[in-house]
Amino acid sequence: MTEPKTERAVEVVQGTSLWQDAWKRWRRHRVSVVSAVVLAVVLVACLVGPPIVELVWGWTYAGQDVALGPTAPSLSHPFGTDVLGRDVLVRTMHGGRVSLAVAFVATFVSLVVGVTYGAVSGFVGGRVDATMMRIVDLLLSTPYLLLVIVLMAVIPPSKVSIAGLDGSFVLMFGALGLVSWLVLARIVRGQVLSLKQREFVEAARAIGVRPWTILFRHIVPNTLGPVIVYSTLTIPSVMLSEAFLSFLGLGIREPQASWGTLVNDGANAMVVYPWLLLAPGMTMTVTLFCLNFLGDGLRDALDPNARETA
Amino acid sequence: MLAFVSRRLLSVIPLVLLLALITFALLQLAPGGPFDAERNFPPEIQRQLEARFQLDQPWWVQFGGYVSGLLDGTLPSMKRPGLTVGELIATSFPVSLLLGSLAMAFALVLGIGSGLVSALRQNSPWDWLSMGVALIGISVPSFVLGPLLILVFALWLGWVPPARWDGPSTWILPSITLGLAYAAYIARLTRAGMLEVVRADYVRTARAKGLSESVVVARHALRGAMAPVVTFLGPATARIITGTVVIEQIFQVPGLGYYFVQSALDRDYSMVLGVVCFYSVILMVANLLVDVAYTWLDPRVELA
Repeated sequence: MTEPKTERAVEVVQGTSLWQDAWKRWRRHRVSVVSAVVLAVVLVACLVGPPIVELVWGWTYAGQDVALGPTAPSLSHPFGTDVLGRDVLVRTMHGGRVSLAVAFVATFVSLVVGVTYGAVSGFVGGRVDATMMRIVDLLLSTPYLLLVIVLMAVIPPSKVSIAGLDGSFVLMFGALGLVSWLVLARIVRGQVLSLKQREFVEAARAIGVRPWTILFRHIVPNTLGPVIVYSTLTIPSVMLSEAFLSFLGLGIREPQASWGTLVNDGANAMVVYPWLLLAPGMTMTVTLFCLNFLGDGLRDALDPNARETA
Repeated sequence: MLAFVSRRLLSVIPLVLLLALITFALLQLAPGGPFDAERNFPPEIQRQLEARFQLDQPWWVQFGGYVSGLLDGTLPSMKRPGLTVGELIATSFPVSLLLGSLAMAFALVLGIGSGLVSALRQNSPWDWLSMGVALIGISVPSFVLGPLLILVFALWLGWVPPARWDGPSTWILPSITLGLAYAAYIARLTRAGMLEVVRADYVRTARAKGLSESVVVARHALRGAMAPVVTFLGPATARIITGTVVIEQIFQVPGLGYYFVQSALDRDYSMVLGVVCFYSVILMVANLLVDVAYTWLDPRVELA
């Protein structure tokens, strides 16, 4: 997305009060603030946890201790160990890294595609707009997760690995990003339709700014509020889809782990070793819970007129 | 109304064709074919298999073969010899349909019920409790909830069987697992809708002409408050369809979602194409029903 730094000055003059307002409103949404704190803790734990644990206890997400086998949670292994004697805490933190990375990257992909598509559609208008939105409607009325299942099943990950990155990651980023932009494109289009009638666009046009510059420098930055709100709600839904695919055995592959694969492993062994299901399952649920709340709070703060539409 | 419905039904045909083409293109672009490197067939057998399924033909012939085979129901499954795609769908879809309907019924009853009580007793402990449970319900993924329910109610308490699909006692856990998240959404939507509607003029009018409170709620307010819930039913159908895929995996239910994943993994192209087309028709018809139901709930809405 083109959003040059030079335009910041203009945005700040107009934006300060908006953001301060939003900050005040957000802080009143107590559950949302608490969620943000919990999320920060989870995020930091996933980021710095694995190296610390490795340094102090020497356990890594793939390090096995078959002789030890599965043990219940204890002081040395707070979440217990799995069937291969791997420390579940480290695996949960590592799985969190993978799940969060997929969620953020795929959301970013959907952001780039959705904002560009919606902005162009709304800005050009007319028949082009009608056609582009018809395509979005069509895709929205399909069971597109089924298509993602097909995609993940028939494309071997080894064929798509980019720059040493595991192919199943690349597939996941692409597949989930490419199906999550639809609603965002609609939202941005609606915003652009109303923004392009405004005086500041008129003014830019009058002094001879080229149309695409008007669109990406003047109009798109003004759609940021709803875009942020919708993106924070996209992150948990992408995360859920990733876990859903990994749970079906179509996503992240061994020895890598995501919360989806960990829950799957846990579900298979839960009769005898329930902690294998509980540790990643609870972590994931808490994270999703907080992400949803954070999104709710941000929506109330940044987009007070938006009605909840589930 | 009739014109609207028939126009929408006609528009389903090109849309499904287009979707079939997209799926077909996806399968064509994927490296390898259905019969590659599986059991190391001798080359002549592989050639024969490919000839039988027209895989040696140019793509438009293949696509034409798929479409006509799907239309008259004779498209053979590539990996389940002797069975057609139509037969596989006919035996497994009723199971998925029952599971989806039970889940939806559970979601509607629980969701509308608790949303209604929440709205009528706003800010009471009951309101807090049901909205709290709803928030948790939205956040627990079904593939975490399912195994947990099995663990507690089937393995520890032994009240219901842990898996499979024979008889009502095995229907309970899968339906609850699938329906709970939708119950939570519906509860929130019902509450929000009710809170908005109870202040509307037509509800005041109903009260003013002396109707009893229960009639006001059931006949007038609830009907208006249902609009957001009905809108949600369209996307909910889509999510229930994908939801059954994972639920059927967890509870080993022999439904269409289960076979779909197996077919995708087995590269049973004809089955994959058939199920995608079948489910998209179902989804489009469901969306049409939602639009029709909308006009019945709110006579001000006009169908365009």
